Amino acid sequence: MALLPFLDQKRIVAPSGYSRWLIPPAALCVHLCIGQAYAFSVFNLPMTKLIGITKSAPGDWKLTELGWIFSLAIFFLGVSAALLGRWVEEGGPRRAMFTAALCWAGGFFLSAIGVYLHNIWLIYIGYGVLGGFGLGIGYISPVSTLIKWFPDRPGMATGMAIMGFGGGAFIAAPLSVWLMSKFSSPTHAGVAETFIVMGIIYFCFMMVGAAIVRVPRPGWAPAGYVAPTQSTKLVTRENVFVYHALKTPQFWLIWWVLCLNVTAGIGVLGQASAMSQEMFPGRVTVTAAAGFVGLMSLFNMGGRFFWASVSDYAGRKNTYFVFFILGIVLYAAVPHAGQIGSVALFVVCFCVIISMYGGGFSTVPAYLRDMFGTRYVGAIHGLLLTAWSMAGIFGPVLVNYIREYNVTHGVAKAQAYNVTMYVMAVLLVVGLLCNAFVRAVDARYHMKAVAADDEVEAAPVFGGR
Amino acid sequence: MPGNAVKLVLAWGFVGIPLAWGVVETALNALKLFH
Repeated sequence: MALLPFLDQKRIVAPSGYSRWLIPPAALCVHLCIGQAYAFSVFNLPMTKLIGITKSAPGDWKLTELGWIFSLAIFFLGVSAALLGRWVEEGGPRRAMFTAALCWAGGFFLSAIGVYLHNIWLIYIGYGVLGGFGLGIGYISPVSTLIKWFPDRPGMATGMAIMGFGGGAFIAAPLSVWLMSKFSSPTHAGVAETFIVMGIIYFCFMMVGAAIVRVPRPGWAPAGYVAPTQSTKLVTRENVFVYHALKTPQFWLIWWVLCLNVTAGIGVLGQASAMSQEMFPGRVTVTAAAGFVGLMSLFNMGGRFFWASVSDYAGRKNTYFVFFILGIVLYAAVPHAGQIGSVALFVVCFCVIISMYGGGFSTVPAYLRDMFGTRYVGAIHGLLLTAWSMAGIFGPVLVNYIREYNVTHGVAKAQAYNVTMYVMAVLLVVGLLCNAFVRAVDARYHMKAVAADDEVEAAPVFGGR
Repeated sequence: MPGNAVKLVLAWGFVGIPLAWGVVETALNALKLFH
């Protein structure tokens, strides 16, 4: 990286007096931008009318073709986070954020060319593949840095960043709609120009984050914080090498914990609007359902910060116990809310469920830190995100197919989701058991301690102790 | 340190203002549920 020395890990060691509270905004600069992915659907309808403008014309793209763009981006988020986690960890957060900015903005620019040439493959490669790599690298880039700066509150610190990923769509959705309204004309949809402007904005925003971010000096600790000298039952002082973590049962138990928690949440998140209208026909209108989706998004974002912060006091394992036990009760209560016609109970149930869905994402980096140490936590987190990709497929499929099966077998639409809710509750029981089996990682997986420059060179040993 | 305080205000304002705008927009949309 001699061509770009400002990206070097050694150049970003914080000077004396540097405030650690500058790190969360640096992380938010990245996460608020890549969180746009959740709002990509605002482009779907305009992109089905690029030729016809007012309505779809022959040759215009179909929604099914456009749906692949988001799916590809989420797939490559998982792939890049898993494959490049170690590279991100060892190169430092600035290099990772810079690379993420290039990929993310580059994805928008390539997609703009795709829209201009009306070539959907350029959008698949641009937003889907290149943007997906930007998502994956950007998502994990600040995780271990935040944990190093906030050893006393790792949950709260990573919760703030991951909250930004949930909040990014809040900014992107109205911004995209406003930009398209400015660039559109009676003969032009304005999507390509919107992509270019958003690519420029996001690149600049993410570069501010890359410029601000610093890593702490070796041995630094916050004022008044005394690091525990001994590992406790569920919080280690040791480190586990990234690929050795894969050999531990703890990694796979937490993988299932995340996958099942996300599966339960993601399935209803995508169907919330339809579900609320079908369970309460005539009482929840299309407009009210849109409001319900907005309310759930707020709880999704708020839960990311709230639950991760709570985990600093309650412990990670206990926090997931709350997610699963409360989740089981709430999922089982939803059919009852439908039976008694209580919209309020229905809304409360799903708002709490979605807050715990968000909390599952934001609490897991600190859970991994507790199990595997700080050294490779970002890379291990990257590997764990494959659970998200898996849940992204299973969750919506479960909800859609069970509903479809019920409706085709004569179940009234208002009751068609009942079985789904019970299936989700069963998934959470399995998650509860996986969480219960999590114990401290065996000492033979711990890395051999290195005396100097622990941040740059660490010698992994396996089976040595 | 005064320099740090300015940096903190700028950094948090840089991310906080757009986020607050997005949250308000979404909250206004969510209010439709209660109408």
